[in-house]
Amino acid sequence: MASLVGSRVERKEDKRFLTGKGRYTADINLANQTYAIFVRSPHARASIKKLNIDKALKSSGVVSILTGKEIADDKIGGLIAGWAIRSEDGTEMKCPGNPPLAKDNVNFVGDPVAVVIAESLEEAKEAAEKVEVDYKVLKAVTSTADAMNGDTIHEGIEKNLCFDWLLGDRQKVKEAFDKADKVISIDIINNRLIPNAMEPRACVADFNAASEEITLYTTSQNPHLSRLIMSAFGNVAPEHKLRVVAPDVGGGFGSKINVYNEDIVCSWAAKKINRAIKWVAERSESFLTDIHGRDHVTHAELAVSKDGKFLGFKNETIANLGAYARVFGTVTPTYLFGPCATGVYEIPAAYTNVKAVYTNTAPVDAYRGAGRPEATYTIERLVEKASMELGIDKTELRIKNFPTAFPFKQTLVHTVDSGDYVAGMEKAKQMADYKGFEARRKESEAKGKLRGIGVTSYFEACGIAPSAAVMSLGCGVGLWESAEVRFNPTGQVTVYTGSHSHGQSHQTTFAQIAADELGVPIENIDIVHGDTDKGTFGMGTYGSRSLAVGGIAIVNACKKIVEKGKRVTAKMLEANPEDVEFKDGEFIVSKSNKKKTIGEVAFACYLPGVRDEMKSPLPEGDEPGLKETSFYDPSNFSFPAGTHIAEVEIDPETGHVKLEKYTACDDFGRIINPMVVEGQVHGGLAQGIGQALYENAEYDETGQLMTGSYMDYTMPRADNFPEFNIGYTCTHATTNPLGVKGCGEAGAIAAPPTVMNAVIDALGGQEVTMPATAEKVWKACKNLKKSNAKAA
Amino acid sequence: MGKISLEVNGRKVEKEASDNTLLSTFLREHLQLTGTHIGCDTSQCGACVVHVDGNSLKSCTALAADVNGSKVTTIEGLETNGKMHPMQEAFKKLHGLQCGFCTPGMVMSAVDLLQKNKKPSDTEIRDWLEGNICRCTGYQNIVAAVKEAATKM
Repeated sequence: MASLVGSRVERKEDKRFLTGKGRYTADINLANQTYAIFVRSPHARASIKKLNIDKALKSSGVVSILTGKEIADDKIGGLIAGWAIRSEDGTEMKCPGNPPLAKDNVNFVGDPVAVVIAESLEEAKEAAEKVEVDYKVLKAVTSTADAMNGDTIHEGIEKNLCFDWLLGDRQKVKEAFDKADKVISIDIINNRLIPNAMEPRACVADFNAASEEITLYTTSQNPHLSRLIMSAFGNVAPEHKLRVVAPDVGGGFGSKINVYNEDIVCSWAAKKINRAIKWVAERSESFLTDIHGRDHVTHAELAVSKDGKFLGFKNETIANLGAYARVFGTVTPTYLFGPCATGVYEIPAAYTNVKAVYTNTAPVDAYRGAGRPEATYTIERLVEKASMELGIDKTELRIKNFPTAFPFKQTLVHTVDSGDYVAGMEKAKQMADYKGFEARRKESEAKGKLRGIGVTSYFEACGIAPSAAVMSLGCGVGLWESAEVRFNPTGQVTVYTGSHSHGQSHQTTFAQIAADELGVPIENIDIVHGDTDKGTFGMGTYGSRSLAVGGIAIVNACKKIVEKGKRVTAKMLEANPEDVEFKDGEFIVSKSNKKKTIGEVAFACYLPGVRDEMKSPLPEGDEPGLKETSFYDPSNFSFPAGTHIAEVEIDPETGHVKLEKYTACDDFGRIINPMVVEGQVHGGLAQGIGQALYENAEYDETGQLMTGSYMDYTMPRADNFPEFNIGYTCTHATTNPLGVKGCGEAGAIAAPPTVMNAVIDALGGQEVTMPATAEKVWKACKNLKKSNAKAA
Repeated sequence: MGKISLEVNGRKVEKEASDNTLLSTFLREHLQLTGTHIGCDTSQCGACVVHVDGNSLKSCTALAADVNGSKVTTIEGLETNGKMHPMQEAFKKLHGLQCGFCTPGMVMSAVDLLQKNKKPSDTEIRDWLEGNICRCTGYQNIVAAVKEAATKM
């Protein structure tokens, strides 16, 4: 039987999406349901002097109006940060309370203060208009760089500082810098982004008064984790009385990891009114209240010798957390950022210092790449600048500082098990025709255009993560993953996974893995996910962990099935279990060549007896049935890596940047489905290029979001991109049995510095901040003309 | 309130709806045709594209009353006798979709492109799809799928 792992298998999930049969949360309607509208703060920072719902209550169709007072009275818990970070001085991070409905203070535009529940959506909207809130408006803090000098947002949290974290050794770094021939320094703004999954968040909560069970349908990347948080911290219901279902989910990119106010409020309120409640975000609500991403201000320095060896690295970053610290809010700018900030290089001494600050803006949390794009942007902009200042070719300078052997003990935390960074660089250069660039630059010049080339070599730590390691660093949960493999008596297989697919293609790729492990045709295998009533438990999908952690759990559960199958076959065929081999769905006794198919074995496990004979096919100690579970805890992170090369052409008359070529050469370890991986790379690139050239979330000084619709926030469109040139090198991960590494975030990590390095190269080294809009680039082109004129 | 009469996916329908009911809402809420998606409220994202009398239209830009009497085709009506349309087949074959949310609008828009331009170039495809936002695919496989479908239609 040909192996399915490695094949371009068409997706099992596609037909339902292509024929309108997908079932997203907003498509769900329950009998006798009501509709919720949230009353949200129009101010970035204010205290609530008075909240009057009398008029609204009299509005037509209103069922109930609930506020922060009722939430507090019912002792419903607030939203939480999932990761406790300690400051350099040993003190614990400082987090404010974050009630699902604000009672006394609001801290960003969109912070909900009440929920109006009515018979129809129109009636809920109309009544919400009649809720009177008397705010005392306070001065907002919105700037990342100046947040520590602003008014105190949360009582008792001085300088708006959540933590002041250090990773690395300042003294060693000082010594390295003292010995350096040259110090390259850079100031970076990593622009704030809004994830913008195309499906707006939504939830439908139902309560069954007889069983006292709450069922919540919600747009989540991790329903099990949501249930745990809502139960343990939200006090919404005990876990066994709370079912969370994340059906088809229309993209997440990190924005649907968090439990949100609306999930908690609707679940709690459904029980209170004893009816189902439906809430669907309008896009403007998504802009205001989905978590945002990035938003760092960084000063970084690289100490180098005159022949281009990197000696030391320092990174001083202010990271904006927004108004509250959420699930991955505190780990994103620390352990997902700091360890990767030295990039793919051997740098003997390094530190990263992060001051995480609160501002009166939407919470900032994990967005595709989470911390690693910010880290990669910092080091790769710095290395590119070093290449210009040292006059060493940008690819040669990188190669000179690549690790020469694996495992590679990276400067700050990670031990990278496998990789071949030089091979990746060489292949990328060939794919991009790096040699031919100067000729192309001249051609562009002849047309009056400026052409630039940019390079990035990156690695990322993903496949998160070993539980003991992350919990030692402050993570509130272990980051293992579970799988359950269930044979039916008649031979088909259902695989339950704790990870969640919202575009990642698990129904197909996970079935490919199980098909190979079990020798069962892929059409007889179904993957089930997204429902806490189905499957054991799971930590969900983020950090490129579904395959590298969840996929391995499936492999391990399948291996347990095969082990039991060997024992059963041995009993059935009167052989020793050690003499039974398993291949392509058949158990074969090596000495006699007698065999049983896995289907026959499954049947025997469920129907363990024969007419007229007192005989069981099951060995002593084995129970009937064929179902195995695995909780897989990885021994290490996984480390995809690669080199990307971009070429841009700039029209100096308009400042328009045209991305002419984009080459990505990645090492993702073993690839399960090349078609799916290409799709993941394309999508990541689009988001990374979006960050570099188009996207920017901007607040004004009063805390109003200036980019709150698709008319103001530039989403990349089909005509913004060239055809991407994708290729691979492959070194298998040595820390998991499939040799896989993960591919979901690579594009978003590597593309921003790759594109910006190209833009800045075209501009003769002039710094431009992301996004490199026509206006900024046009101004830089004018400066370039002036300096060229002076030089002449 | 008024009576809306349409032919949707070949079936005559007649429903009462308030005058301000958008076509997208009418399809989703009154006819339970939830394949048409709402991704924004500003007619930017294109997840709600359907065909009205043969032409693609963002169904959130029209009132149901405005298209009264029209023939509407939604993503649910693109199959014939249980067989997917060549555009649907091409999206599947070339991985032109991931989360599937923008897909119905994207497919309906692409089908209309090929009605109007049988052999579009890459640039023409990208220009035409400018009104449909996809956050997952980076558009590359969508463009490939439209080209593939053009050879089959």
